[in-house]
Amino acid sequence: MSARGRLIALSAAAMIAAPPVAAERLISTLSTSRVLIASNFTGAEVVLFGSVERDAQTVARRGGYDVVVTVTGPRETVVTFRKQRVAGVWVNAESRTFVKAPSYLTVLANRTINDIADLNTLRRTQTGLARTLLPQEIAGDIADSIRDDPFRQAFLRLKIDQRLYGEQQNGVTFLTPALFRATIPIPDNAPTGAYEIDVKLFADGALLARTQTAMEVVKVGFEQFVASAAREHGLLYGLATALMALLTGWFASVVFRKD
Amino acid sequence: MQIYLPIAELPVNVLLILFMGLAVGFISGMFGIGGGFLMTPLLIFVGITPAVAVASVASHVAASSFSGAISYWRRRALDPALAMMLLVAALIGTTAGVMLFTLLRRLGQLDLTIAVSYLLLLGIVGTMMVVESVRAILRARQGRPSEIRRPGSHIWIHGLPLKMRFKVSKIYVSVIPIWVIGFVIGFLGAVMGIGGGFMLVPALIYLIRVPTGVVIGTSMVLTLVTMAYATIIHAATNHLVDALLALLLMIGGVIGAQFGARTGQRFSGEQLRLFLGILVLSVGLRFAYDLVVQPTDVYTIRATEESQ
Repeated sequence: MSARGRLIALSAAAMIAAPPVAAERLISTLSTSRVLIASNFTGAEVVLFGSVERDAQTVARRGGYDVVVTVTGPRETVVTFRKQRVAGVWVNAESRTFVKAPSYLTVLANRTINDIADLNTLRRTQTGLARTLLPQEIAGDIADSIRDDPFRQAFLRLKIDQRLYGEQQNGVTFLTPALFRATIPIPDNAPTGAYEIDVKLFADGALLARTQTAMEVVKVGFEQFVASAAREHGLLYGLATALMALLTGWFASVVFRKD
Repeated sequence: MQIYLPIAELPVNVLLILFMGLAVGFISGMFGIGGGFLMTPLLIFVGITPAVAVASVASHVAASSFSGAISYWRRRALDPALAMMLLVAALIGTTAGVMLFTLLRRLGQLDLTIAVSYLLLLGIVGTMMVVESVRAILRARQGRPSEIRRPGSHIWIHGLPLKMRFKVSKIYVSVIPIWVIGFVIGFLGAVMGIGGGFMLVPALIYLIRVPTGVVIGTSMVLTLVTMAYATIIHAATNHLVDALLALLLMIGGVIGAQFGARTGQRFSGEQLRLFLGILVLSVGLRFAYDLVVQPTDVYTIRATEESQ
């Protein structure tokens, strides 16, 4: 092999090993980094603005850019039960445990995700709801579940029904060729905690750049007070609730006293 | 008007919850029961998880039975000694019930247990009440006098040892059946989120022969204490009591109970027992339907532990 040939091979290897060539940079910002749950909370929307920064040498991509935004909520372990008829009655018979599954997961893209890159790239970069890692615990071992596993499919379907999982193929809008906007829906039943937001930039089927940001969903005021009291001072909270019940009952008997 | 429930972690319509409290309170006042067996299924129906529903209804039942117990106390229509004896066993039963509740929740079989126990209990008690009250009504129609309590009619329960005299109720009976009844009521109350008044009242009348004049007041004292206690230990162990939900239910409940009590006075005892029996039976059948008919989705998901 000639010296020149070796050099090309080397640089090719370097290109594969190194993170995406930094010709483009992604910059993103959120309309808010804290979603507040107060008594009147009925869901919210967080808007993500992003911009693709291109250095002077790089020419514009012919096919334009593609953006996929993945929002992942706090992780939790979830058991998926399957009911079966036992002695005429439907009972939870089989179950699978999904370890550290996202409690919330939304994928937003500017077009059909399968058109953005080939399946291998999508799988490798975990792009799209269907390609999210959902490790299952089977007999003490933890392994990713197969895509057509019925428990995995049921889990995804139920999470979508609860509006906690979702995929919007038109969730990202390009305002200019380099400036985009994505609206992240936070449903009213969204779990509290830290949310990770992962923004991926694709062009011509390849991942060019990636950036991460975060936000949190927190209870505030009265909601936060009650929730933390219930969790941290359970006994006191119980006593207070019982006392409240007695006061309400006593109050009613005074108000409605007939004699 | 929506309000976010801090523990149930979802917004609910305030007016809907108040109305549910009113409706169940009306029924509870009319029949002299806590109404937990109606409220818990209703809450599950609006989307609140069974665990939060059971834990929160306990305090609602405590509130409505306290306002009831006060008015019975004013009329001296309750037996404190009998209530104390029932309570001792009921508190042990409640503790055992909360422990089972915690265990079942971990095993993922809480929903099934709640559904099956509702079905069995409501089915049996409802059928018994309907049959008994229809007989009584028919007897009254035919002009025959209702069965009177004969002092000589002893059943095996009256042969048990450890006898005790209850002055207000004017009965001399073994404390063993009283303890058993108290334990069972406390246990079921904690597991199923019911005060158990609809079972306790017939049990005290038919098994212990407590006079009808003091039975509802005594049952309300028991319900009050077990449910207040259940609220406290559910809050301490499972952290599932939603105080805001409970407050909304209580407000509706205590108001409804007052109107219910007035309406109830217009009907005879047999008619009330028939209505209640039908009500109890239909709630039981509703659970039977869910258990027997193939669910639209055989899969359910439940988070076991939260981790950041």
